[in-house]
Amino acid sequence: MTTENLELFEVFIRSKRGLDHKHVGSLHAEDPAQALEYARDCYTRRSEGVSIWVVRSADIVASQEDDAESFYDPSDDKPYRHATYYQLPDPVNNM
Amino acid sequence: MTPEEQNFMRKIETEEKIEPKDWMPEAYRKNLIRQISQHAHSEVIGTQPEGNWITRAPSLRRKAVLLAKVQDEAGHGLYLYSATETLGISRDEMIAALQDGSAKYASIFNYPAQTWGDVGAIGWLVDGAAIVNQVSLQRTSYGPYARAMIRICKEESFHQRQGYELMLELCRGTPEQKAMAQDSLNRFYWPALMMFGPHDSESAHSARSMQWKIKRESNDDLRQKFIDQTVKQIEFLGLEHPDKAICWNEARGHYDSGEIDWDEFYAVINGNGHCNRQRLQHHIKVHEEGSWVREALAAYNEKQKARKQQAEANKSNQNVA
Ligand SMILES: [Fe+2]
Ligand SMILES: [Fe+2]
Repeated sequence: MTTENLELFEVFIRSKRGLDHKHVGSLHAEDPAQALEYARDCYTRRSEGVSIWVVRSADIVASQEDDAESFYDPSDDKPYRHATYYQLPDPVNNM
Repeated sequence: MTPEEQNFMRKIETEEKIEPKDWMPEAYRKNLIRQISQHAHSEVIGTQPEGNWITRAPSLRRKAVLLAKVQDEAGHGLYLYSATETLGISRDEMIAALQDGSAKYASIFNYPAQTWGDVGAIGWLVDGAAIVNQVSLQRTSYGPYARAMIRICKEESFHQRQGYELMLELCRGTPEQKAMAQDSLNRFYWPALMMFGPHDSESAHSARSMQWKIKRESNDDLRQKFIDQTVKQIEFLGLEHPDKAICWNEARGHYDSGEIDWDEFYAVINGNGHCNRQRLQHHIKVHEEGSWVREALAAYNEKQKARKQQAEANKSNQNVA
């Protein structure tokens, strides 16, 4: 069997209720339903999660790491967005 | 209790979060929609009093800081609208409810920011009070709301610190500047206390919200926390405390304080604050003026879709040929 005609899916797992889904890897499958079952078999064999998301890799729009410099540049020169930028005297510093 | 209800209550009792696709009682869903959308509206309407000062900030540094803060608040609105949408209500419905007055937002934003000192008092006291509330809500029972709160709390600390730093600068300045700081403190202290809502005994939604762990601490407990932490901050600025009855109670381990003017609280909630009408009018005006952007986006999407369909049609024609 070849994986050539199978679609690529990205797998996201919520390890515990209340937490975000985290990306854990990818797999090939015929359709979303099959991808979900594969994901269960591949990625949650040891109760790693309570919820799985599968998303067609082709549907993911991603930023390019090569462009990171110019992409994030607008926030690099704004240290005042950080709490630590504001120096307060010790007695009132815990806010 | 149905098995569904039992399962729901078991999750609540064992501190498991409720997630969007879980079964939940209709009243729980409604209660959450009311609270989270109100919270979202507050973030967005709250940009008005401060936004008013962006062009008049006294230095480039202060202007950049204020701009960054207002930008954060708009972002908080987005996180919270998105969290509300997971409960099956649309953005349009929420905006409509805000604009026709059926949804509320925090009353504090119906007070005007009249002086530069007010910008400091808002960051220090209004964001300070919001933080006390939001830290507690990080443990709320609805997953998307709890995660939005965690994200928001990480961003809030700078808001309070820049406000306090601004006040500190005024208090170390000329007598006129210090008087301005005192005046802002006097006007914003009581409304900040009102942000925690009515006394527990008077609060309409509280009991059920606590039972469902939507709220984790009572209005009065949260308010007490804020009162306690603010005393030494006022002292350090060298300002006079607006509450003349403030007094340390050794036995309770808390400050005793004077009574809030509840008539003012209900008057502002019921639409008779300084800026109620202005805030909504401004929101409606900006929303309408922005409609061309939404229309342009929709037109662009249509065009892209048509272009894609055309390309696909051409391709299959070629294949046939
Ligand atoms: Fe905020
Ligand atoms: Fe804030």
